Amino acid sequence: MQWINILVQGSLLGGFYALFAIGLSMSFGIMRLVNIAHGDFIVLSAYVGMIAVDATGLNPFLSLIIVMPAMFLLGYALQRGLLNFTLSGGLLPPLLVTFGISVIIQNGLLQGFGAYDHRLKEGAIETASLHLPGGFDVGVFPLLVFAVAVASIGSLQVLFYWTRLGRAFRAVSDDADTAELMGIDNRKLYAVAFGIAMVFTAIAGILFGIRTIFDPAAGPIRLILAFEAVIIGGLGSLWGTLIGGMVLGIAQEIGAALNPNWQILAGHVAFLALLIMRPSGLFPRTRD
Amino acid sequence: MDAAVESVRVERATKASRVFAVLAALALAALISLPWWGDAGDMRLIAEMAYYVALAQLWNLLAGYAGLVSVGQQAYVGLGGYMLFYLTGVWNMNVYAAALIAGPFAGLVAIPVSFAVFRLRGAYFAIGTWVVSEVFALLASLIAVLGAGSGLSLTVPILQEISTHRDTRDAILYLMTLGASLFVTGIVYLLLRSRHGLALTAIRDSEPASASLGVNTFGTKFIIYIATATCTGLIGALIFLQKLRISPEAGFSINDWTVVVIFMVVIGGIGTIEGPFIGMLIFIFLREWLADYGTYYLILLGLIAIVIMLKAPSGIWGWVIQRYDLQLFPVGRRLVLRPLEKAAKR
Amino acid sequence: MTLLLRTRDLSAFYGDFQALFAINVDIEEGETVAVIGANGAGKTTFLRTIAGALPTAPQAVLFAGQPIGGKTAHDIVRLGIAMVPEGRRLFPSLTVEENLLLGTHSERKGPWSLKRVYELFPRLRELRHLPAPSLSGGQQQMAAIGRALMSNPRLLLCDELSLGLAPVVIRDIYQCLGAITAEGTTAVLVEQDINRALDASARFYCFQEGRLALTAPTKNFDRAALTAAYFGL
Repeated sequence: MQWINILVQGSLLGGFYALFAIGLSMSFGIMRLVNIAHGDFIVLSAYVGMIAVDATGLNPFLSLIIVMPAMFLLGYALQRGLLNFTLSGGLLPPLLVTFGISVIIQNGLLQGFGAYDHRLKEGAIETASLHLPGGFDVGVFPLLVFAVAVASIGSLQVLFYWTRLGRAFRAVSDDADTAELMGIDNRKLYAVAFGIAMVFTAIAGILFGIRTIFDPAAGPIRLILAFEAVIIGGLGSLWGTLIGGMVLGIAQEIGAALNPNWQILAGHVAFLALLIMRPSGLFPRTRD
Repeated sequence: MDAAVESVRVERATKASRVFAVLAALALAALISLPWWGDAGDMRLIAEMAYYVALAQLWNLLAGYAGLVSVGQQAYVGLGGYMLFYLTGVWNMNVYAAALIAGPFAGLVAIPVSFAVFRLRGAYFAIGTWVVSEVFALLASLIAVLGAGSGLSLTVPILQEISTHRDTRDAILYLMTLGASLFVTGIVYLLLRSRHGLALTAIRDSEPASASLGVNTFGTKFIIYIATATCTGLIGALIFLQKLRISPEAGFSINDWTVVVIFMVVIGGIGTIEGPFIGMLIFIFLREWLADYGTYYLILLGLIAIVIMLKAPSGIWGWVIQRYDLQLFPVGRRLVLRPLEKAAKR
Repeated sequence: MTLLLRTRDLSAFYGDFQALFAINVDIEEGETVAVIGANGAGKTTFLRTIAGALPTAPQAVLFAGQPIGGKTAHDIVRLGIAMVPEGRRLFPSLTVEENLLLGTHSERKGPWSLKRVYELFPRLRELRHLPAPSLSGGQQQMAAIGRALMSNPRLLLCDELSLGLAPVVIRDIYQCLGAITAEGTTAVLVEQDINRALDASARFYCFQEGRLALTAPTKNFDRAALTAAYFGL
């Protein structure tokens, strides 16, 4: 029974990691951008949510009405004004520029808000849980996060396979030069893609801020967890990312069951082991 | 061969590099004599500059020459530091011996790590090295004998082993750090002048092409990775010997030991020996200049690095080379063609 | 007849390497023109430069009287120049129909639609829901032509249509091309298969080492002159 509990809790945790990873997976899948600042964008979203909640008195969930468009605009502007210029020169330019953004966000938040912990307060839902037959409890909030992750990936699937914009995303991901020759403005498309990726980052950030405390330095570990989910799942496959997140979550829960201090470590070790065994992940799609 | 060319030579040293060698020797003499005329604060600052130059040279060797873009070098800084504290504190080892062992220990650990991360390419390699470093940090925070989450401190008896006088001890630590930094820069310089250096440049320019020409790309990269880890471990031991305390966050900090180091290299000029010096000076200058304003210097450093990467990707020194054809550390080989008419005039 | 494409002193570079030297070409609306030349003569570079994939001076390329040199590739498609790239370059993760629909991203109105393309290439209609890589070479070439037509071009640039295809398939493709140009679309054909190209066109340009070596009508031209221009004898 304990093993079932570990599987359930780990899978739910995996939904959380998959949600962290969606924005990262999109920007890598479409423009091959390795966004080192991704974790900091998650944290920044939580701060923007906090500001919105403080200013308007909105419920944190409703603050998404403000945070999502704000992050879309930030993403669009960053891609158009900065990141597009990093995409033609190999690995180092995007890596260094997003490292720069990461340092700027972390220290900007530190200067603006101090090193203190913050949290978005949602109330009862944070601690509510469901009693399932078999005698174990499932938190309502983790369940909600998992549902949001599935719904997010589902909606992106609809976007990619049922819309004109999604078709252009897939074409550019396949062969950017030819897409340009067919009349697609890659730079503009990339900006829209990064904007959309940031909308999902905003959702991840708000749910993150409700679930745990956050501070300006909370980004990098979220980035690593997101990366692990993406890479375990296989680059460019969003459902793979969900499975990757669940593998990671289950590995962490197994580690935590053995010793509460081993949770994160067990996830890293599982990631490294999988990476060595299957360097292209469980469900690879993107060709690089 | 063109008939108008009379003589062809391959040269390394240039006039500028010879002038620079003299100036550098003078500056070095000044730095070595610093303990006799500077105060403890000066020595601390120069020591810090010295170890940052060493870290920057090492990352430059890895990424700028061998094309191994690691963001996990803090793993070896932390390992070196922890090894020093562990050997001196738990095994009562002599502090110099411990510092000397810390480097090779990091190199030894790098061997199995390389088996794992070398299976990865590009961005995967970068993230893989970072995760390895996180694993080390988490392990350090779990192991009781390493002080778990709170880390370790150097005890007074260990420090007194170096010297019972504080001034003398400061001077010795300073000279050790300076020496280690010179040693590392020297190793990088000699490596680049060697056959391996040529192989590295070839690998950086085109790995498949150099492999087909018989360059052992894996072997060369492996040697560079292990050598870099060894030197990084040594520098890590000396960094924390100065700081007197180590914790998982401080030892394995990606921001302190990798991110700012990458910024230095990119700002100064990746793929040059001069670049890391320039980048380090800019970093220290910004930090000292903005010392009263919190961490704004890091924001500024990040901005400068972004602008340089996009507008002048070969960095400040790359720009100088393009503009003035100046090379202070003659690692390259220059083909000197003397035209016939000029030769005739002589 | 109106002049549709004119290049004046068109040069193109790959880094420091100059691939084209002062090319002057005039193409009338409705013409089919062949560009021939040995490997590395600069034929593909010529097409890619016109299509905006390589930079050049603004006045070096005039399209319908407008200077378009150095405009981005996606803007040039919008003006009415479509490319059938060498090696087809269909998008592998898209279906055949999605590949065709991608041609509509240039937002140009005109006679071509999915329905018309399927009339021209009936086989594609049957295969429309298959992923592009599952098609045969000839079918892929049809899809690549169809994709270009979906942008309703005034000028169609075809790069090595016959590459890697069986002779009988090449014949079919060129037959369809004849149907397309018969409706008034101007076409530039880059080909290694000289006879095929000359059969399908009214005029040819022969490139040699990045320079224009010879231009003539394809009827009754001097074979010896072409051989000389082609091989640089």
